[in-house]
Amino acid sequence: MFNLFKFASPASFYPLAGKLVTLFAIASVILLVIGLYMSFFVAPTDYKQGEGYRIMFIHVPAAWMSMFIYVVMACWAAAGMIWHTRLSSMMASALAPTGAMFTFLALWTGALWGKPMWGAWWVWDARLTSELILLFLYVGFMALESAIDDPRRAARASGLLALVGVINVPIIYYSVQWWNTLHQGSSIKVVKGGVETSMTEIMVWTLLIMTFACWFYTIAVALSRVRSIILERESDSSWVKEMLQGAKS
Amino acid sequence: MRDLTLAMRHRSDVLTTVFFFIIVVSLFPLGVGPEAQLLKEMAAGVVWVAALLASMLSLTRLFADDYHDGTLEQLLLVPQPLSLIVLGKVLAHWIISGLPLVLMSPLLGLQFGLEGDALIMLMLTLLLGTPVLSLVGSIGAALTLGLRGGGVLVSLLVLPLYIPVLIFGAGAVAANAAGMGAEGHLSLMGAILLLALVLAPWASAAALRISVE
Amino acid sequence: MSEWLAMGGHGFYIWGSFGVSALFMIVEVILVMRRRRSLVQRLGRMIRMKAEVSE
Repeated sequence: MFNLFKFASPASFYPLAGKLVTLFAIASVILLVIGLYMSFFVAPTDYKQGEGYRIMFIHVPAAWMSMFIYVVMACWAAAGMIWHTRLSSMMASALAPTGAMFTFLALWTGALWGKPMWGAWWVWDARLTSELILLFLYVGFMALESAIDDPRRAARASGLLALVGVINVPIIYYSVQWWNTLHQGSSIKVVKGGVETSMTEIMVWTLLIMTFACWFYTIAVALSRVRSIILERESDSSWVKEMLQGAKS
Repeated sequence: MRDLTLAMRHRSDVLTTVFFFIIVVSLFPLGVGPEAQLLKEMAAGVVWVAALLASMLSLTRLFADDYHDGTLEQLLLVPQPLSLIVLGKVLAHWIISGLPLVLMSPLLGLQFGLEGDALIMLMLTLLLGTPVLSLVGSIGAALTLGLRGGGVLVSLLVLPLYIPVLIFGAGAVAANAAGMGAEGHLSLMGAILLLALVLAPWASAAALRISVE
Repeated sequence: MSEWLAMGGHGFYIWGSFGVSALFMIVEVILVMRRRRSLVQRLGRMIRMKAEVSE
């Protein structure tokens, strides 16, 4: 435990994060190369969707990451609220842009997958709609954070918003699902479920590898971003000065 | 009580909100054409979306006056829990901006060709839903207190959180029209209202502390 | 090769998905790195200026 609290201080976390960034960046690149190779050369053609299903290998990880990052972000925000640790709220704000990016990518690849499969770029399916709302939540988080000048207030206010958001996410999800079943008659029957049942083992492995690649990518980018945030917020502290002067001489 | 009398002094605010509501609702037939059947199907959704937008209008005023004249800082020091004070303010906000919408809604429903049962259902859902709008909105208002461009920001933060209320509110009217019975929707809206009553004042109080410190 | 690129007629959709995803991820990495570099430069300049003033 004492180990954890030692690294909860920005000064000791900064160099550790630097090492972790390199580690996760390398791991992510390796997994990406393997994952992409498997996506295009190893995974067999789907008997129902042809080659088009390969979009799944980027779409599903992006969608998973978009939701997962929001939850992680809210956890960091909660930790920041409870223990008043500076680092936690910095982590939350470092994760937000990457989360928003994955949400957008999930929507984008979803549209490109939907067009050949369902014949429409966009359907008001429960999953697509929830993902769109999630994007709004990310945008709100980032907008609030950038609108507040005082970094301490910005971190705490956006943290509270993330918590309110995460409580709302299940409610939103279920309401959207209910809304979707209510209007089932008018919407196109979504056949996405068919893929999962007919997935071969190799497809599952590819999906997992791609997901881990995205996950490590997120960790690397978020840690690198948190290093910048630490430097910005702590620019007056002595350890930053010593470190920068050490690097110069 | 004090909040209410203060709020009533801004009587023009009430009128602005109500007329905004009426105008937005009236724009829809002009936009999509006067087909009676289409309008009837859209009615609940249109009234509900307009209600969401109208309740956004006065949100920024919820704490802004107290913030600018320094009352808010004193309220933070009062021995009573801040969440109760927030609840009082939210109630006042609902009475001046939510209740009028509930009372106006049957009139607008008539414009869209809704009848009897559907009108009552529309009123009922608004009665259950608009307090949630004020409660959830208060969190956004507290978070954006004193920020430049606060009004637009509030809508960005709060509108996504309004979605469940919109879905169940408009859905209840639609389900009722389809003869499926709307008890499920209404009880869910009641549950959301209870949840918001418990959590929102507390979250707003926390947000106010963050914003004022 | 071109047959493989065509992906059985789904080439546009597949490369559109993977291409934009790759683009976004690369751009994000570049932005993060550039932000760090300019920040380190700026802070370094500030510290040197302060040091000169105090001397």
